[in-house]
Amino acid sequence: MIHTVVRENAYHDSVTLMLATEEIKTIEGVEEALVGMGTETNKGFLRDLGMLTPESESATPNDLLIVVKGEEGILDKVLAKLDEFLKQKVETSDEERFAQSLDGALEMMPNANMVLISVAGEYAGREAMKALKRGLNVMLFSDNVSLEEEIKLKRYASEKGLLVMGPDCGTAIINGVPLAFANVVSRGNIGMVAAAGTGAQEVSSIISNLGGGVSQVIGTGGRDVKEAVGGITFLEGIRRLIEDDETHVIVLVSKPPHKSVIEKAIQLLKSSDKKHVVHFINGTVDDPNILTAETLEDAAAKAVLLSRGEPIEKDVYTVYDFIEGPNFKTLAKEEAQKISKGSYIRGLYSGGTLTSEAMVMITKEIGPVWSPSPLDPAYKLENIHESKEHTIVDMGEDEFTQGRPHPMIDFTMRKERLVKEYLDPDTAIILLDVVLGYGSNMDPASEIAEAVEEARSKTSDYVTVIAALCGTYGDPQNYNEQKKNLEEAGVHVFASNASAVRFAIDVWKELKA
Amino acid sequence: MSLFKEELKVINIGLKGFYEDLKKVGAKVVHVDWKPPLGGSKVAAILDKLEELKLDIETANEEAVKKILSAQPTLVGIAKAIDVVPGMKKNLILHAGPPITWNRMSGPLKGAVIGGLIYEGLAKNEEEAVKLVESGEIEFDPWHHHDGVGPMAGVATASMPVFIVENTTFGVRAYCTMNEGLGKVLRYGAYSQDVIDRLKWMEEVLYPVLAETLKLKGPINLKNLITQALQMGDECHNRNRAATSLFIREIAPALLDTSFSNKEKKQVLEFINSNDHFFLNLSMPAAKASLMPAEGTKGSTVVTVMARNGTDFGIRVAGLPGEWFVGPAQEVEGLYFPGFTKEDANPDIGDSTITETVGIGGFAMAAAPAIVKFVGGTAELALKTTVEMYEIAVSENDSYRVPALDFRGTPTGIDIRKVVEKGILPRINTGIAHKEPGIGQVGAGLTYPPINVFIDALERFVEVYSS
Repeated sequence: MIHTVVRENAYHDSVTLMLATEEIKTIEGVEEALVGMGTETNKGFLRDLGMLTPESESATPNDLLIVVKGEEGILDKVLAKLDEFLKQKVETSDEERFAQSLDGALEMMPNANMVLISVAGEYAGREAMKALKRGLNVMLFSDNVSLEEEIKLKRYASEKGLLVMGPDCGTAIINGVPLAFANVVSRGNIGMVAAAGTGAQEVSSIISNLGGGVSQVIGTGGRDVKEAVGGITFLEGIRRLIEDDETHVIVLVSKPPHKSVIEKAIQLLKSSDKKHVVHFINGTVDDPNILTAETLEDAAAKAVLLSRGEPIEKDVYTVYDFIEGPNFKTLAKEEAQKISKGSYIRGLYSGGTLTSEAMVMITKEIGPVWSPSPLDPAYKLENIHESKEHTIVDMGEDEFTQGRPHPMIDFTMRKERLVKEYLDPDTAIILLDVVLGYGSNMDPASEIAEAVEEARSKTSDYVTVIAALCGTYGDPQNYNEQKKNLEEAGVHVFASNASAVRFAIDVWKELKA
Repeated sequence: MSLFKEELKVINIGLKGFYEDLKKVGAKVVHVDWKPPLGGSKVAAILDKLEELKLDIETANEEAVKKILSAQPTLVGIAKAIDVVPGMKKNLILHAGPPITWNRMSGPLKGAVIGGLIYEGLAKNEEEAVKLVESGEIEFDPWHHHDGVGPMAGVATASMPVFIVENTTFGVRAYCTMNEGLGKVLRYGAYSQDVIDRLKWMEEVLYPVLAETLKLKGPINLKNLITQALQMGDECHNRNRAATSLFIREIAPALLDTSFSNKEKKQVLEFINSNDHFFLNLSMPAAKASLMPAEGTKGSTVVTVMARNGTDFGIRVAGLPGEWFVGPAQEVEGLYFPGFTKEDANPDIGDSTITETVGIGGFAMAAAPAIVKFVGGTAELALKTTVEMYEIAVSENDSYRVPALDFRGTPTGIDIRKVVEKGILPRINTGIAHKEPGIGQVGAGLTYPPINVFIDALERFVEVYSS
């Protein structure tokens, strides 16, 4: 039968309508179709097809004609398809088109599920709330978001079943995609929740380098695990990893959370039969059922063993239990003999968690460490630019970065400080972190090498320079080349921060022996 | 909860480096070229209050835009203003923009008022006209208070013929005078004898010929003409060449059947044919008639009027009927005719921004690559302009479409919330009038509304709907 619909005063151009006609002809049950304006030409076509009805005959060129030959009841399908076709937006292929707002971006990508926010703190909270209201998960890289705002965002997200990572969350890997500062790690069955940015980078990179893989890295921002926020994201992250089929091993990395958060986290881990490793930098867990790690590399190593179903046979692992390394004892002796004057360790870091790890290890083995934010308040540096005895600074902290890019990106400050420390007669050992991955400087080794060479050209005194290289073989900087460049500049490079720090301690002990 | 099962699709707001890194790893990502909201912390407080209102603004805006989209503006006839324009009277002069008093009027508006009084026979010359105005016998009122619109100065007097455009969906009518052409014309404040003579010819020849033509021809659907013109390189504000041609095609056969002499018929066709902007005075009342039903939509933040009188820029909002939000008319960035410079330009003037308000004009810039030189540069820029306007629009037009955007509908229904929050102002294409009366058009270009009108309107909206 012939179905005719006339839509008065609905103009569309003929090309669109020809395409619409083709589209409609693909519907099952449609024998013939014409969608067009009520022009004499179109009426002529209909006449030839034997489909001209009195209704279509009386249509004007301003009216849209929809004439279909086909089974009864087909018309609803035809009209639905036609309306969809006339409405459809064509996604343009131009990749470099930017949106002007969140809503504009949603038009371009209607099924987005994550918003990465790095605008100034005073606006970041607003943007985050907008994203949550639109049902999107949020990673808040921005800092300077107020505590009240953080709590409000996280509570709202909880109600909606959404995730808020941050504020001040530098690292996450979701569904294999590295967000902000993150490394190119293999995918696998180890899931991590981290309230420690470079801690997450270090653990995930070592996991990857040891042949393991990561399912998810959920960042929380450092304040999340404090009493006020109560670990909303930290605990939500654990719950999600427990539910996630791809995650077999759960790793928790954080500076010590508030005890209420620790209790809930432990309860969650115990409620699941998934394996786990917990590492609270400078903190402990008093529960025999919880497997803890001593260092970040220990956490990574244990996670890899668990993920392979292998037994944990040592209290503390290092990466060199798995990969070949030099004879540290001999090397430490050799280095100690070369050192001409000084007797102190100076750490110049760019990653906060790596800084903490170094301070904790050195304090334990050698003694107190001076710092702008020391473990023991008595050892707070009065002038952050002047080191004293053993000193470790995190040059990524606000007081160093004011008006400058982060030291993982811009090495100017660290290079100046490195030369200065090298020329300081008190310095015996300089300890550095070199962080690779997305977000970081594309050739950090050359920057460090340049500073070391400059320092060594200015003095004949020898200072041992040790670098912890944090990154994976897949990172865009090329791990092996970075390592080689550093070594050629006379820097001892280690595959983990803990091993680098341990070597510094060994050299110092040899020096004192 | 299913985030881990989905492909990650990221929107990056802020540091562009993160976007570039995400692209490098092959992730799906869109970057937002983010701007802080207009007006800083005061505005943030208004936006917060707005969110606390127990009001479904989204639904109200959809309702307003549905009204706008379902409009069928149709040219139904021509008549003298006094006979059809509501509230029109002999001593009333209608003008463009928000209300204004004589002493605050800009040069072109004053000139047009003088010309209007001379045309109407109420004054013999400038001196008499000014005296008459100062005597207080002449009343002024915005066209928008009388269901109409006027380009540039927009002056209309009682005996001027006006187009009658009916929105047949809602049975409402909007009015506009006929376009006089370019150069020295009344709407740019010129009032010399040749200007008055042309207006008289329009009243005595053009009007009766077109009136009879329309009687013979019957109603002309303007929406269909605009839709087609957008596909032929017009945006129906600063370019009306295609629409004017289409209009001639519509009327020519009927015009030949009228009772007038061949000479008169030819004069009329030549007059229309020689003026690319003849259709502007039809696209404007078409836009006005389309927007009128949305006025008074409760709880809606959609703009129903943007208009300038050469001194002030005013907007009206659907959910705040009868109120104007006014700020200073802005300078126009543009190209000037030989012999003129920016120094000669009057600030932004005219009701033609009604086209942007309905989703054409600057909002359909991508449809009119031929005039991008007039309004700032490249075809690429024209595309970007239209694409940017989607950010502040409630919806996309289901009739007005842009070929270069794969026939995507133009952005339609300006939402004051989006303007303020996103810091994106509506983009306006416009002609430039000389600041002195009597000289006329000196160029064309682009401009924006003053920021405060949107902030003030939003603040008032919160106030009205809080109680």
